[in-house]
Amino acid sequence: MHANVFDRYRDGDSLLHVLDPRAKLITALLFILSNLLLPDGAWLAFALSFALILLGNLLAKLGPTYTLRRSLWALPFSLAALTVLFAIPGQALANLHFGSLQLTITDAGLLRFVSILLRAWLSVQVAILLVVTTRFPDLIHALEHLRLPKILVILIAFLYRYLFVLTDEVMRLLRARQARSASIPGLHGGGSLSWRVQTAGSMVGQLFLRSYERSDRIYSAMQARGYAGQIRTLASHDLHKKDWFFMLVVFLVVLLLQIIARYP
Amino acid sequence: MLYSQPAMHIPDGFLGLGVSITCWLISIFILSLALRSINRNFNERQVPLMGVMAAFIFAAQMINFPVAGGTSGHLLGGTLAAVLLGPWSAMLVMTAVLSVQALLFQDGGLLALGANILNMGLLAVIVSYGLYRLAAGRSRLIRQAATGVSAWLAVMTAALATSLQLWLSGTARLGLVLPAMLAVHALIGLGEAFITVTALAFIERTRPDLLPETSRSNGSRGWVLAGLGISLLVVILSPLASIAPDGLERVAHKLGFSASAQTPTFKLLPNYSLPFLGRTSLGTILAGVVGLLIVTGLVLLLAHSLRKKGG
Repeated sequence: MHANVFDRYRDGDSLLHVLDPRAKLITALLFILSNLLLPDGAWLAFALSFALILLGNLLAKLGPTYTLRRSLWALPFSLAALTVLFAIPGQALANLHFGSLQLTITDAGLLRFVSILLRAWLSVQVAILLVVTTRFPDLIHALEHLRLPKILVILIAFLYRYLFVLTDEVMRLLRARQARSASIPGLHGGGSLSWRVQTAGSMVGQLFLRSYERSDRIYSAMQARGYAGQIRTLASHDLHKKDWFFMLVVFLVVLLLQIIARYP
Repeated sequence: MLYSQPAMHIPDGFLGLGVSITCWLISIFILSLALRSINRNFNERQVPLMGVMAAFIFAAQMINFPVAGGTSGHLLGGTLAAVLLGPWSAMLVMTAVLSVQALLFQDGGLLALGANILNMGLLAVIVSYGLYRLAAGRSRLIRQAATGVSAWLAVMTAALATSLQLWLSGTARLGLVLPAMLAVHALIGLGEAFITVTALAFIERTRPDLLPETSRSNGSRGWVLAGLGISLLVVILSPLASIAPDGLERVAHKLGFSASAQTPTFKLLPNYSLPFLGRTSLGTILAGVVGLLIVTGLVLLLAHSLRKKGG
């Protein structure tokens, strides 16, 4: 399997691609924080935030709606926020009855629900824009420069490196299971639920053994290459003038957004 | 698609700033304890092992089993990691898994990552490892049962914590979101319990040397107490909060962190209470205990059938 099955990175040489990963990570977090702080019903600020994301798409030369099309991940979770429709007292819009359960949708609840969805949806797009324009190893370097504990950074780097290898392993296990799971069309195949769960459990156990043995080999290989508890790198990331400028501009824009949201 | 999204990762925008920051602070505190413990007896052999184990937990989540009607269950992995790697390593491994899920897959938000780490990484590991240590040195059947129950409880703990965080953020109505989350995750937790138990049984059959010592040792009392404490809290609080969220809301209001003034506009069916006991709090606690007993029984049954197969 190739790395690009999981990787969301799209190669390019746009302004957003060449910025330092630290600057991009910090501005992305700042923008997400700004979304979080927008008050309910600040439609103008929401619209301007969305316009900024569109601008980001264009700057990254992705086409205006690239992140829009890939931002449906957060939708299943919005079911949880659906309950807020009934949570806030306000003018009743509709009454629902489920047996003895009576729910009233209020205008304040609806306002809040839509605002939550907009915030989540804008934030996901920012996160997508970040990984689409930044190589994941660069992002890991950014985490290191931002003083994340070293062992955690190394774990994330290992996870990224071996994700694809172990996914191959999983594919082999799944293929083997499928190859042994013939069923006659129209008939129920594949044993009881408990049998199916036991099969899955054994596969997880098998995957653990293969991973464990692989980590043994990796350790030998690392020692053979002079590993002494540290991971070294040649790449040096420096914050240039344009990175500082970019961070400053985003900070000012976010500040402006918050002011617009509060004093329309 | 290979990568199926687990249901419990909170995206950005759903948590209030205060809740996000509080969760980050708690997570960072527990993680700093974990880091200190790992660094104290640091062994460079551990680095590739933990790294590959993080990838293993991630990959193991792709192994699914068909349940019914096109849905399928799969693993979250906190309990498995806790038993195989020990609690501190498991916390770091789960943190790495959740971080990559948030960074690379936008599965769970970046600012909400602190809460997700707390729910699915840290609390789950503490609950699992505490109950696992409690059964250390006992017969195999009891150990397997304890592992299964702890896996189920770890999922329920995460579901409860998620619901509470959403409610404190003013993003969900507690009386609705909590029963829904708990009901869904009671099923997901069963899958988690069975897969964890069967996976560990498989490893015990083939490479028993890889499982850590199961004898009683000193220094595990803290874990047992922490695990038992959180478990009891979940077992008592979940049914209570499900049928009487107003009580919890009053407490929250008194403590001054209720996100918004919320008045009860509906009455919920007493889903979690035993009919003959009525809607007393004793009844709800009993209901929780009965649920726990049912799960214990199921896991015992499974462990029994596994033992027969193992000879």
